Amino acid sequence: MSPVVKRKGERFTLPSKYLLFLLTVLCTALMLVTFGTDVFNRPLNVVVGYVIVPFQQGIEKVGGWLSNRSEELVQIRTLLDENARLKAQVAALVEENTLLQQDKYELNKLRELFELDGQYAEYNKVGARIIGRDSGNWYSSFLIDKGEEDGLTVDMNVIAEGGLVGRITSVGPNWARVTSIISDNVHVSAMTLSTEDNMTVTGDLRLMAGGCITFSQLVDGQNMVREGDKVVTSNISDKYLPNILIGYISTINKDANNLTKSGEIIPAVDFEHLGEVLIITDMKQSTVE
Amino acid sequence: MLRKIVVTVFIIVCFVFQCSVFDSLALGGIIPNLMIILTSSFGFMRGEQEGLLIGFFCGLLNDIFFGGFLGFYALLLMYIGYLNGKFSRIFYPEDIKLPLALIIVSDMSYGIICYILTFMLRSRFDFPYYFLRIILPEALYTIVVTLFLYPVILKANEKLEGHERKRAQKFV
Repeated sequence: MSPVVKRKGERFTLPSKYLLFLLTVLCTALMLVTFGTDVFNRPLNVVVGYVIVPFQQGIEKVGGWLSNRSEELVQIRTLLDENARLKAQVAALVEENTLLQQDKYELNKLRELFELDGQYAEYNKVGARIIGRDSGNWYSSFLIDKGEEDGLTVDMNVIAEGGLVGRITSVGPNWARVTSIISDNVHVSAMTLSTEDNMTVTGDLRLMAGGCITFSQLVDGQNMVREGDKVVTSNISDKYLPNILIGYISTINKDANNLTKSGEIIPAVDFEHLGEVLIITDMKQSTVE
Repeated sequence: MLRKIVVTVFIIVCFVFQCSVFDSLALGGIIPNLMIILTSSFGFMRGEQEGLLIGFFCGLLNDIFFGGFLGFYALLLMYIGYLNGKFSRIFYPEDIKLPLALIIVSDMSYGIICYILTFMLRSRFDFPYYFLRIILPEALYTIVVTLFLYPVILKANEKLEGHERKRAQKFV
């Protein structure tokens, strides 16, 4: 008798061989369908948003509280030393401050003359808290506690500490996934701030532990790009807004073809110790149109 | 029914722990793989069917949150659960060597397959580096965590099996 046939009075069971085969077909179909489109992402993102994300938010709060307490205990002794040192420093700084105040008036006046705006003041931003990190060791992405209900959509840029963190690659009702620029499969079109030479910035797992990312395809005909130069997102990227700081060039090497250069960049953001991030709610596509 | 609820709770708790708590306990940037522990232990404790189903759902969860597209981790973990289920015939609860060996082999093959399919195909050929820096540390850390997590899973499973036996007797 076939093993799939249901007998009377017996619960229907599918042999695991068949189940494996069925689910394999299902997974393959899912992969093929979701590779190009995201039809299933919406309902699934909504479901997990209400089942998993509340737990993550709770755990993150508890974890943050605990790590703060443990840090406090460790720091008490160093704080006492530091306190004495800082008191001396305060006296010196007060003096310096008065001098700087005078400079500030001058700066403000000059700024008005130049009509310079704050660095990213023209973009609308939303703050969010990180509630979870990538569960594997291969890529670098994290989850934040805001989503569609807060007006976020895929491809919005994420910054922290004045530098580019990454962009949103998936959203649910109350969560979103941010893929960071140090992730191995991410490429960002960038340029040097001083000479406006374009390059491609790529994450690399081998450099991730050292906190570096690589750049390549830098055409620098005049040999003007130096180590320490600022690298910002370029005007030609279709996902990233222009002129967001990525980091500083730490090494430059000439490629074997003698035309382009590549090297390493130290990101402006400390990806190890991110707690809160800012999401720019302006999109590149909509600002251009 | 009770079993389904308990297993669901196990999956959710392990997943949430893996991407929040263990991030602060990361050693050298490496976090252990609780999903592998869950999938393979239920595989060799309960057989192929439960192993592959639990693997499928663990992987699907991973896909939804962190995968570029759906189905990749689900497929991978499903096969790991199924293959671990093949060993349920020689599994005894008193023996810790077989579970440890199975989990370490599962995690290493998981790492190697991840490397081949998502890194080597993007022409990242430095296998010794990725093996020594990512795959091996992850497997070792996973084994350390297994020593604490596995007894909990085993105990829960024994309780569930006891409960199921009692219910089955009631109906006779």
